[in-house]
Amino acid sequence: MRDIKTKLVILLGVVLSIVVLYGFLYLEHEWEIGLLLVALPVAILVLKRTNMLSDYQQAARAMPKLTLSSFIVGVLVLIILLRDEHFALLMLTTVMLYVTVSLGLTIQFGFAGLVNFAAIAFFGIGAYSMAVLNHHFNALPDLLIILFSGLASAFLGALLILPILRTRGHYAALITIAFGILLRTFLEVNDVFGGPQGLKVDGLEILGWNFSNSFPSLLGGGSFYMAYAITALLLAAVAYLFTRLIEASWFGLNMDSVRLDEVASASFGINAPRWKITAFMLGNFFAGLAGAIYAAMSGFIAPASFNFADSLLLVSIVLLGGIGNAVAVIPAALLIVVLPEKFQVIQEYRLLLFGIVVILILRFRPSGLMPRGLRQYFPGSST
Amino acid sequence: MDLGFFAQYLINGLVQGITYALVAVGFTLFFGVLDVIKFSHGDVLMLGAFTALALFLGLDQLSTPAWLSLTIMLCLGTLAMALVGALLCKFLVLPLKESPPLNTLLITLMFGSVIREAVRLFFPNGSNPKPFPALLPETSINWGNLNLRLDSVMLIFTGAMAIVLTHLFIQKTRMGLAIRAVAQDEETARLMGINFNKTVLMTFALGSGLAALSGISTGLYYQEINFSMGLMLGVIGFSAAVVGGLGSIYGAIVGGLLFAFLQTLGAIWFSVPAYKDVFAFTVIIMLMAWRPTGLLADRSSERV
Repeated sequence: MRDIKTKLVILLGVVLSIVVLYGFLYLEHEWEIGLLLVALPVAILVLKRTNMLSDYQQAARAMPKLTLSSFIVGVLVLIILLRDEHFALLMLTTVMLYVTVSLGLTIQFGFAGLVNFAAIAFFGIGAYSMAVLNHHFNALPDLLIILFSGLASAFLGALLILPILRTRGHYAALITIAFGILLRTFLEVNDVFGGPQGLKVDGLEILGWNFSNSFPSLLGGGSFYMAYAITALLLAAVAYLFTRLIEASWFGLNMDSVRLDEVASASFGINAPRWKITAFMLGNFFAGLAGAIYAAMSGFIAPASFNFADSLLLVSIVLLGGIGNAVAVIPAALLIVVLPEKFQVIQEYRLLLFGIVVILILRFRPSGLMPRGLRQYFPGSST
Repeated sequence: MDLGFFAQYLINGLVQGITYALVAVGFTLFFGVLDVIKFSHGDVLMLGAFTALALFLGLDQLSTPAWLSLTIMLCLGTLAMALVGALLCKFLVLPLKESPPLNTLLITLMFGSVIREAVRLFFPNGSNPKPFPALLPETSINWGNLNLRLDSVMLIFTGAMAIVLTHLFIQKTRMGLAIRAVAQDEETARLMGINFNKTVLMTFALGSGLAALSGISTGLYYQEINFSMGLMLGVIGFSAAVVGGLGSIYGAIVGGLLFAFLQTLGAIWFSVPAYKDVFAFTVIIMLMAWRPTGLLADRSSERV
């Protein structure tokens, strides 16, 4: 009986979130979105007051597999509902790619305590690898190319490992900032990579299915973005699952202890450099994978799309959500990616606004909108 | 190589190096007193240059003589940025003193991007590069291949003077003594009756004023400023401070000159001008990996 109730609570939560998400993506008028944005916090407050939110949280904690799979199904339904809306699908895909990168940052920042202000550079390395590999090695299956792009990003990032390991905190920040700026300069002056004009990227073709065509009518037809949206959903889901598994396992425990006190964890026999390297490379791998899919989807990439400001935007997502909380990056990414698109007025001012928001969060609520909970040593336990 | 060319590169490198050193001194000062890195330093520099430009545009209406405008620009620009630095410290940096260093870093980084965006959006036509008035005399001496511009000499002299004065201020005055005491040991300094907050605010004001000075001299030298100039100059200044050894003023000077030297070397070796930064940063990152405490670190490796 209790089991069924838990399941119902989870399903209800998923359905509710998908409905809100649908409204958020589908509505076009600014007043409608504004209304939604006003209604949402009120609704959350009501749910919190009536203890329904904590019921849901407990249920989700008790059955994480069911929660995740029903969310995936929910987003799939959402994609099908939005099948003719090019723009909504594009936004949804971008959100999911950003979620993937932010999950990488969560592993780096949140777990291992490594700062990385070059997230967009690693995203860019993935995108450029996709462009180059897909063009020159057309015979390779595209799934393999996506994997290679992620690996390229991880291994180019490995160049920074030595300086990052030898330094700490601010210095590591400087190294990643410098790396991001340098990479952009390098791409801009290098003719092999198309210089400032950038490169054209061929669309994906997986198992003989060309993603650039519109969705097969056999399956109901729809925008060609549908295929990318589904790919991005799978990627984000796998990245999420992976992040959660890392967090729950001794991997995450070791990373947490390295972040909290390097000397103490070293004296417990934890090899701090090893965990830092693991976290750094994993995070960059995620960014590279997302970048590869982004490149294939947009069909064109240029150095100008990989600005330092975008790295800051990704950091803002992680901070806004709550450092180290993997679930929190999803609503945060939604807000940061979709809001400026919906309110054309703030599009121009978005960096300014997000900068101010992050300053306020750091000043008054440093743990973010959804702070990371305490570690659960036994699944289902209430603490 | 011809001696004239060599001297030319030397002079150009010196102008750059002094500018970088001015920025690096700021980083060193902040790090000394509070163990924080103010990542908005470059953007404060840019804001200083834009403040000076705005002042010039205002003064131009009143047709003030060039030397007077320049003096006003330098004084008010520096003072304004000193105030911005102190306010930033009071409202964003000091309240976060007890939280993880990452938060301080992020908050200053975000403050920097807020300044950058605000200038881009609210300065008239701010997203385009702005011509900066050439207020220094344009006399130059030709000597073989060397074209010695009087303004370069003046900029080198002013920058060097500013650094020397800062050094004297820190070594010889009571306030300087307080700054050094706080840098050495905050708690003991407090016990000795030093007003900690005042000292830290003063240091931030001093460093930010120096940033404004280097912003204005960059504007005077290149006769062009833009909203994103601070990003690069900030990163360069920080690299210079780190390579020289954070916490040491001599280190900042050495680091600044070294960076300019590397850039000049890169410019001579590579035909594509943008590679000079790639080259300089690569060497700097390698140096940082080799000696994380910097070339002239003043204290233990606790800092890294």
